Amino acid sequence: MKQRMIMKLLAGMTGLGIALGAATVHATPEGDRQELAKFYTSKYPNIKLEDYVYGALAFDADSKAQYEAIMEFPPFESEIEKGRKMWETPFKNGKTYASCLPNGGNQIAGNYPMFDEAQGKVVTLQDVINACRTANGEEAYKINDMKTMGVLTSYMRTLSNGMIMNIKVESPKAVAAYEAGKKTFYSRSGQLNFACSSCHVQNAGNRLRSELLSPAIGHAVHWPVFRGGDNLVTLQQRYDGCFKQVRAVPPPQGGTVMNNLEYFHSSLSNGLPMKASVFRK
Amino acid sequence: MRKLHHVAAACAISAIMLSGNVLAQVAATPTAAATPKKEETGKDIAFNRTKGNCLACHGMPTVPDAESTGTYGPPLIAMSARFPDKAKLRAQIWDATASNPASSMIPFGKHRVLTEQEIDKVTDFVYGL
Ligand code: HEC
Ligand code: HEC
Repeated sequence: MKQRMIMKLLAGMTGLGIALGAATVHATPEGDRQELAKFYTSKYPNIKLEDYVYGALAFDADSKAQYEAIMEFPPFESEIEKGRKMWETPFKNGKTYASCLPNGGNQIAGNYPMFDEAQGKVVTLQDVINACRTANGEEAYKINDMKTMGVLTSYMRTLSNGMIMNIKVESPKAVAAYEAGKKTFYSRSGQLNFACSSCHVQNAGNRLRSELLSPAIGHAVHWPVFRGGDNLVTLQQRYDGCFKQVRAVPPPQGGTVMNNLEYFHSSLSNGLPMKASVFRK
Repeated sequence: MRKLHHVAAACAISAIMLSGNVLAQVAATPTAAATPKKEETGKDIAFNRTKGNCLACHGMPTVPDAESTGTYGPPLIAMSARFPDKAKLRAQIWDATASNPASSMIPFGKHRVLTEQEIDKVTDFVYGL
């Protein structure tokens, strides 16, 4: 009896190994990414990894065609235009975002989140934008304010279109932040008892009701999105929604838990091209 | 015909997604619970998006009005043959992770998503599929 139980447990765990990353305690971030890529591509050999940037659309030609039609004349163009104005409008001291961000803010989004050794923590692109604001005597934007930070990044991130996601996890402290994010991703939470991986690894490509579930690789490259064409949603805002969906209390946006999650989660998209901003259902 | 079906499905999806989420919402509408209505059947509970929401994950091929069902879990069919012991069926619904730790099915009893009575009713309903 006992033996049967143990056998069952073991069987469950080996199944889990790949799907949940449980067996990969000593893996490197690049190893984690490759293992996950192998998991998806062997389950869905007909879908190319490059197509994961389309999320759930990669699994459904009809929705993908609909997406492409919408992206020809995006209904959210005027919002991005607002973001451009925000980006170009000088601060009260005459300086601009371009003057205080690395490389003038061009082709940098794929480096974030980045582990900042001096601060000893993960900083997101939003953090860098806020640091730029406060250094120039402006107030920081609220990370979860879609009307300011959201709209600004909907334009700002277009300056990195085509850049390859390139999240680096090097120092021991960076690895610790990465591991913390990985733990959040694979841990169950909420009354409904899901981990991010339950839906976006174990069940990527399956339907929850009529909703196709996207793979976690490719998730981080295309933010913000405009859901339904006009509802701007940033990446951490999306995390917030997924936490709420399983009746978990979402950690605060811009806080350590969310930032570490974004750090781990973004590294899974290393090697894929950035593209802002896109339509989502 | 297929096209039309797709359009309709797409609309339904956007309606769900825009109004919130695919899974049952936190909205545990206390007022609805307070107003005494016609007693809920096992089927009602299984179908209700804020209760069992079994259809989010399971097809029910023998139930004609089980529509837009998910593929997250196996279709529920011939249950009395597959679960001759009804208690095992109930246990699966109460906490699927007990027999399969990797299960991503919601532990409806253990996490009090459904009451014990609701689980009894759902079990009876599912047993008949
Ligand atoms: C119960 C299922 C479920 C869980 C658990 C879940 N999600 Fe989701 N998630 C969805 C659904 C449904 C969508 C919308 C369809 C899609 O794009 O996959 C979605 C969409 C997303 C998207 C947007 C993808 C895109 O390209 O638009 C991201 C990013 C995401 N989830 C991240 C997460 C993270 C991080 C977690 C854990 C904190 C998580 N999800 C947990 C169901 C879930
Ligand atoms: C979020 C997904 C999800 C929801 C919601 C869900 N299930 Fe499941 N269910 C699963 C998965 C996945 C399995 C596969 C076995 C396992 O992992 O336990 C399963 C397995 C089962 C089984 C065993 C089937 C078999 O042949 O072994 C039964 C019975 C069952 N579910 C009943 C229900 C009922 C009744 C409800 C609603 C009250 C429900 N499920 C809601 C995901 C779900």
